[in-house]
Amino acid sequence: MSLEMIEIRWHGRGGQGAKTAALLFAEVILATGKYIQAFPEYGPERMGAPVQSFNRISETPITIHSGITNPDYVVILDPSLIDSVPVIDGISKNGKVIVNTSFNGKEIAKVLNICANQVYVVNASQIAVETIGKNIPNTPMLGALVKIIGNLNIGCVLEDMRTKLVAKFRHKPEIIDGNIISIKRAFNEVKN
Amino acid sequence: MIKTIYPKGKLVAKTGNEVMAEAMRQIEPDVVAAYPITPATEILQIFSQFVADGIVKSEYVAVESEHSAMSATIAASAAGARAMTGTSSQGLSLMWEMLYIASGLRLPLVMAEVNRAISAPINIHCDHSDTMGARDAGWIQIYSEDSQEAYDNMIQAIRIAEKAKLPVLVTTDGFIISHCMEVVEIYPDADVKTFVGEYRPERYLLDTKRPYTLGSVALQDYYFEHRYLLSQAMKESKNVILEVAKKFKKTFGRKYGLYEKYMLDDAEVAIVVIGSTAGTAKVVVKELRKKSVKAGLLKIRIYRPFPAEEIAKDLAHIKAIAVMDRADSCSGAFAPVYSDVVASLYANGVICPKVINYVYGLGGKEIRTEHIVNVYEMLERVASGAEKPSNNIKYINVRES
Amino acid sequence: MKREKKKITVFELSVENIVEAGTAVDFHTGSWRSERPVWNKEKCINCLLCWISCPDNSIRIVLGENKITTVAGINYSHCKGCGICAKECPHKIKAIVMEQEKK
Repeated sequence: MSLEMIEIRWHGRGGQGAKTAALLFAEVILATGKYIQAFPEYGPERMGAPVQSFNRISETPITIHSGITNPDYVVILDPSLIDSVPVIDGISKNGKVIVNTSFNGKEIAKVLNICANQVYVVNASQIAVETIGKNIPNTPMLGALVKIIGNLNIGCVLEDMRTKLVAKFRHKPEIIDGNIISIKRAFNEVKN
Repeated sequence: MIKTIYPKGKLVAKTGNEVMAEAMRQIEPDVVAAYPITPATEILQIFSQFVADGIVKSEYVAVESEHSAMSATIAASAAGARAMTGTSSQGLSLMWEMLYIASGLRLPLVMAEVNRAISAPINIHCDHSDTMGARDAGWIQIYSEDSQEAYDNMIQAIRIAEKAKLPVLVTTDGFIISHCMEVVEIYPDADVKTFVGEYRPERYLLDTKRPYTLGSVALQDYYFEHRYLLSQAMKESKNVILEVAKKFKKTFGRKYGLYEKYMLDDAEVAIVVIGSTAGTAKVVVKELRKKSVKAGLLKIRIYRPFPAEEIAKDLAHIKAIAVMDRADSCSGAFAPVYSDVVASLYANGVICPKVINYVYGLGGKEIRTEHIVNVYEMLERVASGAEKPSNNIKYINVRES
Repeated sequence: MKREKKKITVFELSVENIVEAGTAVDFHTGSWRSERPVWNKEKCINCLLCWISCPDNSIRIVLGENKITTVAGINYSHCKGCGICAKECPHKIKAIVMEQEKK
């Protein structure tokens, strides 16, 4: 609606952490001093079914409470969704799509049938396997999204993320470091 | 950069359910008896975890139905405990007969309610049918626009209940608020505890030194008198609500009233609405004001007791008003909020505004800014005399094509 | 003739619907009686069955110096004359019998 508000839509599969990703993203963005909103699309909970979740980020208080139909950013956690879900629905000419994939941007743009400069790719699954040891792409995708949005402070994000992970995984330092490195790597590796 | 309003406050990202549970943790009631139901489940799940972890000293009673939940809460309160519960939709429906007993016995219970549609068809999403169905039960009803209000309202509710000797329910919109993570300012435990104070009931059943009978029969002779007293107490509770709000403002800095006026004082067209849709409508009002449309908004916070005289006064200068109901009356003359607003206007001699009733968002149906823009456009046409106001309920966003 | 007492107004009612304990003491239900129980001290074996059975707490008892509780009479201002005490009194003893109330 307003110029300073950013709207994001996440696509994932039930159990993949699309809801967690949106909630986590909202929490870390709050640490950068912005107003946030995060909400999932609720329906029957089925493992593997396509699911969506949403974020709003703003410099001013967010009072709007309707769903997001015209996102500025679309994050796709699972590339297989591209064939089965209308992932680019409602996205404008300036909208950006970030995909977890091993293909390059041009190839994905062709499949999505949108302009190549709107598409960004990062192999978040591979990063997750290499850093965290499991295919959980939602954490690295946070880093990629922060990079593409551009005006967010990655330092604040990483610091807040570490605080949260320390609270949760005090006895597993390798998980904490793995997650932090995965965000940093996706931040650096996401490309057009 | 976001800042807290209360110097010792802390900004957190939490959902409506999480902050309601947080308020309950800080209030630390003696007894909570509840039966979980979507979308209010999390409130009780989180609170029962606090109990299990020994974070609160409250007694948590896991009952076998909402009817029992309300019964146990009533019993605990009558015994002298500070008692709370939580529910939604079908759960509130099952509590129905006990709701009237709680208010009839003037017990200061507080309920964390999450608005959800009533079956059938089965639906878990937001509308106000559940609490509107309980609107004449003698409970104070406080509606919240967002998570911050839900948190603040819970803290105020316990004070209001105990001062007015009336049960209070605080609601949020199911999923839209209950499951939406937002920035909420949380106050320190000690400050909340000081604000709500300790509960010292004048009389309680476990007081063995001064025994008494509670809930004795009152037939033709005195039933009416008791219900009259309840009705008067509900009316007078407006002052208690305002007094608590004043103290809240003084302590924590956030201002609350019976309703919120948003750009209303110089408005020519206005919407009256309850809950989260008020936030969406505020965005529309702001945009319309940029185009020099004199749009305004009145968001009802306290639906029971209904602030009739106050609302009539504040709407008297509006040319055309839309009352947006998130509940239908299924062929009553009009939907509940509209009926209250129009009766208030008429009884207070305000007959100038044209008032239209819209029903929207049943079962969580989307209500977007463009729908609200359409409502304001209709109001402008009615205000200018270009269109006659509808004498029937208008339904927003029903699939007709 | 007895006049009806002035009833309390809505403003004097307890808002919580509280009724103080012990109000039955001032409510003299004895006037409802058409038959009255008559107790014979000489026949009574102090089994206290009448005291246990009385729905109106109208059998008076006393604790003697020997720490034995005995029947002391009947509280006629509350006894409604239901006759349960006479019925419960052992058949061979018949220390309580019902008589027509003289009015």
